[in-house]
Amino acid sequence: MAEREQKKKTTTTERVDEVVDDVPAASATGEKLKAELDDLLDEIDEVLEDNAEEFVRNYVQKGGE
Amino acid sequence: MAIQKVCGIETEYGIQVVNGDPNPIAASSVLINAYAHDVARQQTGWDFEDEAPGNDARGFAREDSMPPQVETHLVNTVLTNGARYYVDHAHPEYSTPECSDALECLRYDRAGELILIRSMEAADLASRDGSRLVIYKNNSDGKGNSYGAHENYLMDRAAPFARIVSGVTSHFVTRQIFAGAGKVGAETAIHDGTKVDFQLSQRAEFFEEQVGLETTLKRPIVNTRDEPHADPHRYRRLHVIVGDANLAEVATFLKVGTTSLVLAMIEDDISGSRNLVLADPVTAMHDVALDRTFARPLLMADGSTATALAIQWELYSLARKYADDRGLECMGAEPVGETVLQRWEAVLNGLETDPMSLARQLDWVAKLQLIEAYRDRHGLEWGDHRLAALDLQYHDLRPSKSLFARLDTERLVDEASVADAVTEPPRGTRAWFRGECLKRWPHAVVTANWDSLVFDLGTDPLRRVPMMDPLKGTADHVEELLASCASPTELLDRLSS
Repeated sequence: MAEREQKKKTTTTERVDEVVDDVPAASATGEKLKAELDDLLDEIDEVLEDNAEEFVRNYVQKGGE
Repeated sequence: MAIQKVCGIETEYGIQVVNGDPNPIAASSVLINAYAHDVARQQTGWDFEDEAPGNDARGFAREDSMPPQVETHLVNTVLTNGARYYVDHAHPEYSTPECSDALECLRYDRAGELILIRSMEAADLASRDGSRLVIYKNNSDGKGNSYGAHENYLMDRAAPFARIVSGVTSHFVTRQIFAGAGKVGAETAIHDGTKVDFQLSQRAEFFEEQVGLETTLKRPIVNTRDEPHADPHRYRRLHVIVGDANLAEVATFLKVGTTSLVLAMIEDDISGSRNLVLADPVTAMHDVALDRTFARPLLMADGSTATALAIQWELYSLARKYADDRGLECMGAEPVGETVLQRWEAVLNGLETDPMSLARQLDWVAKLQLIEAYRDRHGLEWGDHRLAALDLQYHDLRPSKSLFARLDTERLVDEASVADAVTEPPRGTRAWFRGECLKRWPHAVVTANWDSLVFDLGTDPLRRVPMMDPLKGTADHVEELLASCASPTELLDRLSS
């Protein structure tokens, strides 16, 4: 257990260092992710079922197993 | 020494009819028949000879318990990949063949998704009235009706059932922090009217008992169905009903891999310095599903407290030490076992430091990230129907509609090997013998089930070939034999000589 905690702490510290050293890269990645998510949301607006309320209401299943 | 954790997943899919007869039993039959007739072109049915889902692992049955009925009249087929594909209650269900390890199990679970997609396409093509079938890989309809995704693990009969229950319960309660498929809202009375925005698990709120035989009501965290589908003196099949159906590959892999490891440790009677027994597992299960901080203390039987994350860290540490001391042979392939450990540690680290960093690995995180971004864009409150619609459509298997398919989640198996698993059986279990016999002699194998094949050789009587050991009948054992037999008659003659 002690060994595991030691290892974890090391990992956390390294992660913090990376962020500090690498701020521009990190925020660039963040921007890229946000742009990707935005594109995805555009696409979802197109494919999402038209009448959400009715779509959800009509989905009724019998219990199984 | 723990035995190899042969494993499999049985998934009941949600089914919806658009513009047609809404009867789900009829729709499921149409779906599976379309696949069997038009895609797989095979007809071998299931053999119910050894079905006994009412047997209880505790050696008794409660008088008020309700063992499931065996429905022998519904569509029930066996595929050349060794899987079973059938109508169960009001759902299409796909059971993977017996797999050698967690990675293979993931591959065959993914093959099941492809089979359901091809079934939908075949049923739509054959539809004469314009009706369409839509399949969802999820576990509830949001209105209090749940259907399952069950796992199965081969265990040594020598491990006492009571030890399995006390050892595995805390894992089943807490593994949802990475294995949960996520759900918008709540749908059972346990919340007592409290508003719930999001839960880690689809299924957690449906569990009401710690141990029991039922699967459809008063669902237990540990299911006692004692139906080994193998030599009952040597083996047990632990039937696990507590999980969600996952779409994210890392989540499926970890769900099966970590559970295999925990069960191997129980067989070898490994325990840590601390007893990981929860005071009230059912309440803990519900609480963990509602806690996205993983900080909520759960009361342990010894009076102490632990968070879900802390329990998972303790199980991981125990497994790491177990692997270092004894190796990972029980995981089927040692590298697969090692990958399970590395992924397990990485996911726990991620949950501890920044859960949203796991959106490419875990279903609940992927779904929550999508929902939060959508809420943000449209300024929606929790409770808006569009969020429930997003949740449902995340699980839609149609490539044109699936939201999951639009996310860039991490893959552990390549698409070619998944496509291969649609028709080819796993090489390392008896599923190989089942699947290969079906491929070679589809007309001679009249019925099949997990532990036997029945041949019609054109002469009376029908001949049953028992397969009571899941680790026999592998490609290593019988590939040469099958290759050298020109007919099923020759095979049976040589098997009985």
